[in-house]
Amino acid sequence: MGIERAQQRAAYALLAPAALLITVFFALPILASLILSVTDFDIYALAAPGNARFVGVRNYADLLRTPLFWTAIGNTLYYVAVGGPLSVLVSLGAALLVNSKLTRFKPFFRAVYFTPVVTTLVAVAIIWKYLYGLHLPGLPAIDWLGDRHWAKLAIILMSVWKSFGYNMLIFVAGLQAVPQELYDAALVDGATAVQRFRHVTLPQLGPTFLFVSITTMIGYTQLFAEPYVMTQGGPLHATYSIVEYMYEQGFRWWQLGSAAAIAFVLFALILVGSLVQARFRPAETS
Amino acid sequence: MSRGAALALSLALVACGRPAATRDVTIRLWAIGREGEVVRQLLPEFERTHPGIHVREQQIPFTAAHEKLLTAYVGNATPDVAQLGNSWIAEFASLHALEPLHPADSADYFPGIWETNRLGDTLYGIPWYVDTRVVFYRRDELPLLPTTWTPWHEAMRRVARPGRYALLAPVNEWATPVVLALEQGAPMLRDSDQYGNFEEPRFRRAFHFYISLFRDGLAPAVSNVAIANRYQSFGNDEYAMTVTGPWDVGEYTRRLPPAFADRWTTAPMPAPDGDPTPGASLAGGSSLVIFHRSAHQDAARALIEYLSAPAQQLKLYALSGDLPPRRSVWQDSIMRANPKTLAFRAQLDHVVALPKIPEIEQICITIANYAEATVRGALTEDAALAALDHDVDHILEKRRWMMRHGH
Repeated sequence: MGIERAQQRAAYALLAPAALLITVFFALPILASLILSVTDFDIYALAAPGNARFVGVRNYADLLRTPLFWTAIGNTLYYVAVGGPLSVLVSLGAALLVNSKLTRFKPFFRAVYFTPVVTTLVAVAIIWKYLYGLHLPGLPAIDWLGDRHWAKLAIILMSVWKSFGYNMLIFVAGLQAVPQELYDAALVDGATAVQRFRHVTLPQLGPTFLFVSITTMIGYTQLFAEPYVMTQGGPLHATYSIVEYMYEQGFRWWQLGSAAAIAFVLFALILVGSLVQARFRPAETS
Repeated sequence: MSRGAALALSLALVACGRPAATRDVTIRLWAIGREGEVVRQLLPEFERTHPGIHVREQQIPFTAAHEKLLTAYVGNATPDVAQLGNSWIAEFASLHALEPLHPADSADYFPGIWETNRLGDTLYGIPWYVDTRVVFYRRDELPLLPTTWTPWHEAMRRVARPGRYALLAPVNEWATPVVLALEQGAPMLRDSDQYGNFEEPRFRRAFHFYISLFRDGLAPAVSNVAIANRYQSFGNDEYAMTVTGPWDVGEYTRRLPPAFADRWTTAPMPAPDGDPTPGASLAGGSSLVIFHRSAHQDAARALIEYLSAPAQQLKLYALSGDLPPRRSVWQDSIMRANPKTLAFRAQLDHVVALPKIPEIEQICITIANYAEATVRGALTEDAALAALDHDVDHILEKRRWMMRHGH
């Protein structure tokens, strides 16, 4: 009994530093923003905290009534629905290429494809803005960033280019973890390259897929810097994302209560998205 | 002299030297966008004429200036002196972030501009440069711009033809409808700026005039992102006039062929029929402010005084084209050299401040949103103005609560 208690105490002592950090930097801020989201904390409250009022769910109700909020939600869902799968497919394709036995200079290509991930976004955005402004002779002129229909796609293209290298590395790791015996056995059974990919590689990559698709979805749900730098959310809010809306509410109009409410809507969106994906994940092979 | 005495003496000398050393202060100045670049050229002379004061200048980008200043306030990192858009002064004053100022020579400044820096009886900023809106128009098409609304409207009908609009007024910019409302003398808010007042007849008249320009096909219903290059389209004869500010004198001159310069000029805003001319326009621009938390108030005051002296304002104009807020500076031959800036001189005697409340920018954007919806036919004028009142009342709810509770 005495030993058990001593062990317990030791366990708590060992846990304490981590628990303290998580409480201070994770739990408390979340709690604070939850409280913020049910107040009307604004520029007046900044001058004197007493000017903030408890407003219950009014921030949330106001959001649902704001057309701009729905525009931002719609755009964000578009980013997730189009950018997410595109990004995963490009990463997988690149991973298969750099992992192929036929490929030479593998480390070189891995490094090259990973370069955009570690490049500053603002620098990249300026280059892409320039590229989108170029008019190549012989091709139809598209106003990539000025046209309401193309602008979202232009943002997605740049974002995919910027980030596929990271997922590619994860896929490469996943591919290298596939036991060679499985391929050998499939070969003996007379499986074609396509069949091997379909029935060996894909099922073996199941957990990697789940991880990559969830993190990519979260990434696109939180898309901010790309539209902020390239289009400021325009034209006509066509590229305006939910995080940009939160940022404007918070730091342009200083409606921190409303911004906190948007943060929780975003949280709910990501939670639901992750749960749905986890549920439909490919069955793990034994 | 003993060694001890020598030591004491040298210590005393060191001690005497110290006050001089602490007089050496460094003040931090934040300036925005282009001004942030050119002010650098004005500072060496200040440091030379004010020994012991050093200025560390930081340029902040125009698009992020407001956020950066507010976060600096929250993070306790405000500079000593900053350039502040005069429509932001009310906001920063309500945070008690600004130090009241007591300058000697207010009489030299344009009264409308001076007024934007005052809240009640307190002055929070010294105008640094001014900004207002006038009409840019094709002189070869219209020898003289009419000075009142009805003849102006008729002139627009005359210059419009297939392929060319009379007026360019991007539907997502609030300045044109707001300037027309200022000309009508429309009080956009009522009861100490606690409620929207957009269904009032004067605002209604301005709104109607603005909407009719689009309805009659005199102005295209386009937003500013849909216009590839407004300078080029002016040169290509796609529109004959527009309402814009001083920065565009330089832009329209630079971006169009030199020969085109003779074909356009500027004029003050036409006034509503029967009103004295010219009509009123926006009292915009930037001011220099001192932050309350600044530990070097005297040095900061000296810097503001220096930058707002006529000689420096003239230099600022030469470097950037920013218009000076002091009437005496306009006497200089440099100011009279470009006939296209003279319309601004006439207009500056007739500029009106927008309501001085923190919510004003949000309200102006709301006005543009409803004007755009009406132009595009989604709302009738009556419905738009009622909705505008409703939305603005909602924006001002906190302000009413604050006033009821005696803040």
